[in-house]
Amino acid sequence: MTDLIQIKGVTHAYRTPNGPLPVLDDLNINVPEGEFAAVVGPSGCGKSTLTRLVAGLMKPDSGEVWLHGKRVTSPRKTVGMAFQNPVMLEWRTILQNVILPLEIVAPSMPRKDRVARAEELLALVGLSGFEDKRPSELSGGMRQRASLCRAIVHKPDVLIMDEPFGALDAFTREDLWQTMHELRAKEPFTAVLITHDLRESVYLGDQVFVLSGRPATTQYVMNVDYPGEGLRKLDGLYTPEAAQMLATLREQIQIAQGRQPGPEVH
Amino acid sequence: MERFQKVAVPIAAILIFVALWEALVWVNGWPDYVMASPSDLPAAYSRFWELFLTGSWQTLWRTVAGLTLAVVAGTGLGMIMGFSRIARDGLYPLLVGFNAVPKATLVPVLALLFIGQHDFNTVMMAFLISFFPIAVSVGIGLSTLEPEYRDILRSLGASKVTIFRKIALPKTLPEFFGALKVSVTLAFIGTNLVEIISPHGRGLGALFLSGQTNSNYPLMFAVLIALAVLGIILYYAVVALEKIFAGWAERPGG
Repeated sequence: MTDLIQIKGVTHAYRTPNGPLPVLDDLNINVPEGEFAAVVGPSGCGKSTLTRLVAGLMKPDSGEVWLHGKRVTSPRKTVGMAFQNPVMLEWRTILQNVILPLEIVAPSMPRKDRVARAEELLALVGLSGFEDKRPSELSGGMRQRASLCRAIVHKPDVLIMDEPFGALDAFTREDLWQTMHELRAKEPFTAVLITHDLRESVYLGDQVFVLSGRPATTQYVMNVDYPGEGLRKLDGLYTPEAAQMLATLREQIQIAQGRQPGPEVH
Repeated sequence: MERFQKVAVPIAAILIFVALWEALVWVNGWPDYVMASPSDLPAAYSRFWELFLTGSWQTLWRTVAGLTLAVVAGTGLGMIMGFSRIARDGLYPLLVGFNAVPKATLVPVLALLFIGQHDFNTVMMAFLISFFPIAVSVGIGLSTLEPEYRDILRSLGASKVTIFRKIALPKTLPEFFGALKVSVTLAFIGTNLVEIISPHGRGLGALFLSGQTNSNYPLMFAVLIALAVLGIILYYAVVALEKIFAGWAERPGG
């Protein structure tokens, strides 16, 4: 069986006035269908570049990105994206925001069906009754929930998330983690989550990829064996097994940071 | 109650202003050739009623025509500068330089270029003086669009036109209307500049000038007030359009 997402030996450098700045170096990541991949690594190591490559928004200098057995060379309609900034369109209501991808991907879909689909998702994330509100009337956590709905409204095979919970307070973040699991249970999708929160990576990920410092390569892969049965519970994070996994990840991050000269250090 | 307050407060402010003006003239004992008082104005209006109507109409339509041109050309220029770095780098100094030229100096230039085309000259001046803020704000609005906004649609394979229509255009509307509010007043100045500097007997500017040549000072003040009223009408017309098309940008309590 081939993996849904295959990142094969991807190397990429940005051109800067001071010469090329390599960000990815022979990066390999494979995600089987329906799995949730969490990617962690030192800041500035090229994690966001990775999301843009998978989304087909840019091409790597060398190496290949494959989705569903097809090489990615340009944007595809089967991808959903969520960012740290929920990027709500302020002039649209929440419902209209969630519908947006359908207007592009399924222009012939009847309006009634679009609305029904969006309402169904909004209900799943607990935003029933807020359909006609403007984004500015909602809290940051609610906006991010709506943005997740928008990312999966067109049933993408791949959901790409770039630190979507990074700007939220700890309690809201944990709420949204749970929402994420509930969404996955009802709407199966394959996901790549970029994060710098190790607890988040363990709680949400089936696999955790630790990237090395810049230029990033796959330094360590952990298969998460989450404690407990069924839908993952937050309590699981406070078990010795989880503590063991977090310790291992932290150690790997430290190794990754040690290798990196670090542009932040002046 | 709130609606009443919204109307009553500005009206009260205007009444107080008029009363202070009247008092100022009365206390100083100024004759009307130094400064006309509000009580002199009704006579001027009733005597020249028809001239006021035709003059206002001429001033108004030429201002609006110039402003419309400014909206079209300014938005076009703004789009070019917003989407192309090269165009931005090339056009910016030109535009800034052009905007720095005092427009009064352009009146005789236009008058010589298009001799006798008074309506055209006036519309041109209203346009020339008012397109700059629109071009700059649309350009900045488009060039500062956060990449994530574009990526949401781009990752779905949307075309550039679709991205512009669904994201860039609506997102720039608040900046556009902010600039339009400035441009309205500028266009108005442009129209009057031509009407006063290059006399051709049309518009409120011409009426102002005839007040001056005939030493009819109350008439001059009456024209100033009429101009102010026209300016207020145009400004609030833009505000109404803004409410319709960019009302979402207004935060409650903001």
